[in-house]
Amino acid sequence: MIKLEHINKTYYSGAPLHVLKGIDLNIEKGEMVSIMGASGSGKSTLLNILGILDIYDTGNYYLNNVLIKDLSEKKAATFRNTMIGFIFQSFNLIGFKNAMENVALPLYYQGVGRRKRNLIAMEYLDQMGLKDWSRHLPNELSGGQKQRVAIARALIAKPQVILADEPTGALDSKTSEEVIQILRDVNKEGMTTLIVTHEHSVAQATDKIIHLKDGVIENIATVGE
Amino acid sequence: MNIFDSDRWEEIWVTITRNKVRSLLTGFGVFWGIFMLIIMMGAGTGLQRGMMQGLEGFATNSCILGTGTTSEPYKGFKKGRRWNMHNRDLEILTRSIPELDILSPLLFGGNQGTGDNVVYGENSGSYDVRGVHANYQYIEDPNITQGRFINETDIAQKRKVCVIGSEVYTTLFPKKNDPIEKYIRVNGIYYQVVGVGSGISDISIGAKTSQSVNIPFTTMQQIQNGGDIIHVLTATARPYASAKEVQEKIETILKASNDISPTDKQATWGFSLEEQFNMVNAVFLGIAMLVWIVGSGTLIAGIVGVSNIMMVTVKERTKEIGVRRALGAKPSAIISQIMSESLILTAMAGMLGLTVGVITLHLADVYWLQKAENMFLSDPVVSFGTAIISTVILLICGLIAGAIPTMRALQIKAIDAIREE
Repeated sequence: MIKLEHINKTYYSGAPLHVLKGIDLNIEKGEMVSIMGASGSGKSTLLNILGILDIYDTGNYYLNNVLIKDLSEKKAATFRNTMIGFIFQSFNLIGFKNAMENVALPLYYQGVGRRKRNLIAMEYLDQMGLKDWSRHLPNELSGGQKQRVAIARALIAKPQVILADEPTGALDSKTSEEVIQILRDVNKEGMTTLIVTHEHSVAQATDKIIHLKDGVIENIATVGE
Repeated sequence: MNIFDSDRWEEIWVTITRNKVRSLLTGFGVFWGIFMLIIMMGAGTGLQRGMMQGLEGFATNSCILGTGTTSEPYKGFKKGRRWNMHNRDLEILTRSIPELDILSPLLFGGNQGTGDNVVYGENSGSYDVRGVHANYQYIEDPNITQGRFINETDIAQKRKVCVIGSEVYTTLFPKKNDPIEKYIRVNGIYYQVVGVGSGISDISIGAKTSQSVNIPFTTMQQIQNGGDIIHVLTATARPYASAKEVQEKIETILKASNDISPTDKQATWGFSLEEQFNMVNAVFLGIAMLVWIVGSGTLIAGIVGVSNIMMVTVKERTKEIGVRRALGAKPSAIISQIMSESLILTAMAGMLGLTVGVITLHLADVYWLQKAENMFLSDPVVSFGTAIISTVILLICGLIAGAIPTMRALQIKAIDAIREE
């Protein structure tokens, strides 16, 4: 599903900073993988490249056998919309839109009609157990509820892969468990999931843990061995 | 993507209404710009109409001439000679100037300082008396309300008839009875009233038509016992010629036929109304340009305000725009969103300014100008064309105002926006 071939990335603001130093990685369809590493290890950059939010300098990145390289903004937007579902630490819901509208947003950018996309959004909210909260604005929801809305939003476009950046970073431990459980459930239905985290408990819930250090993959540990 | 997607408009509406104070203050700049532009243009038009109304009813291609004192000795005559025009000059002028259309002689009677010189029964008033030719009505429209103007037969037969001004009529006939064929006494002589005229123009030679008594100039020549002298000449040029040209030709011929040096500048006086008219027109062109310059300046200030606020808005919404891009918003979607917001804000504020401006002009017209007398402003309106042009300018301005913030928004990368630090 995800195939990285010798990815290099250097930031040139001030002194050149070689963040990713030849990353090779293979993630199969349906896998649930976590990426761990100290801050500055390059894990966020890696996630951004995987999410087509950032570009890499050299190497090749295949997503579902499509080479993601030198894309126009428009093409990149389309790929992000249809192939990738994002989950963020601070939820990043749009404040003046209610839960249902937030979930429906990716479909809006696909040109799906309002009635239809709101109907689909309701289904996903229902799956997350938030049907009764569909008309509420994000600031009327708890942290866990917000993250569940965000997960529904990530899923609605039926992407190839879910990329989660510290999905439990802003949640207490109990809610974190719930959110991880939801992600597990989503993964069980066949969704490839990648989680960047620094929490061991979260990492332990995934199949594989990739340890990043100073821009190189230190080791890949399979959980449960 | 559908322009009419209600989501997009809701989106824009929400952004504008969520920040009411900010939107109001921003919109006010544009509102004020358009409002001032409309008010100034309306006032300009009103001023022009007011002035033109004064000119209305008076031939604008006309000139007026009179005699003075010679300043050069010529053909045996000493300088300092007073001279007069005579009826024979009329024939000479008509014959020798093809550009001359109407030539109308005028004589002034005055009221001889005797107080109430115009009398009918118990009613009397003090008014100027004017000796006119029948064709004077083509120079200044007497706006006859009853009866007729002086005609050729009156002139030829030196009839004792008169056309009285509307104010003269109200003074002499306070009961509004029919004045036609009544005899009134003017400077001691009885004349039969043949017509009443109110006049239109604020321009007049001698007293205003509404305040004077007009009699045939031939009759006046006889009564004044001064021979066939003429006090003042008025003339109009044919459509292809200029009044100034005609005026100069008349002066040249008058001098030649009255033994006056062709270079004598004080022997005749005259001016062409055409010149005055052109000058007034030039002034209004200047005013119109000034209005546009000042108005556009104000408008530009408003636009800069909108642009500035949109800039802040974009900055404030960095995260939101980033999230949208991460969720798959194409650059075109972002462009259309920011541009639409700017356009809507400008258009709404501008339309409001346009409407309020037009209403203000209308109210000023109805409750102030129409009731005030001798107002130099009249009917201050903006034309439909001007409104259309203003609207187009507004929309263009909205686009310009949105352009820079949009570019700024496009530079926002999803990662920058959603990064936690």
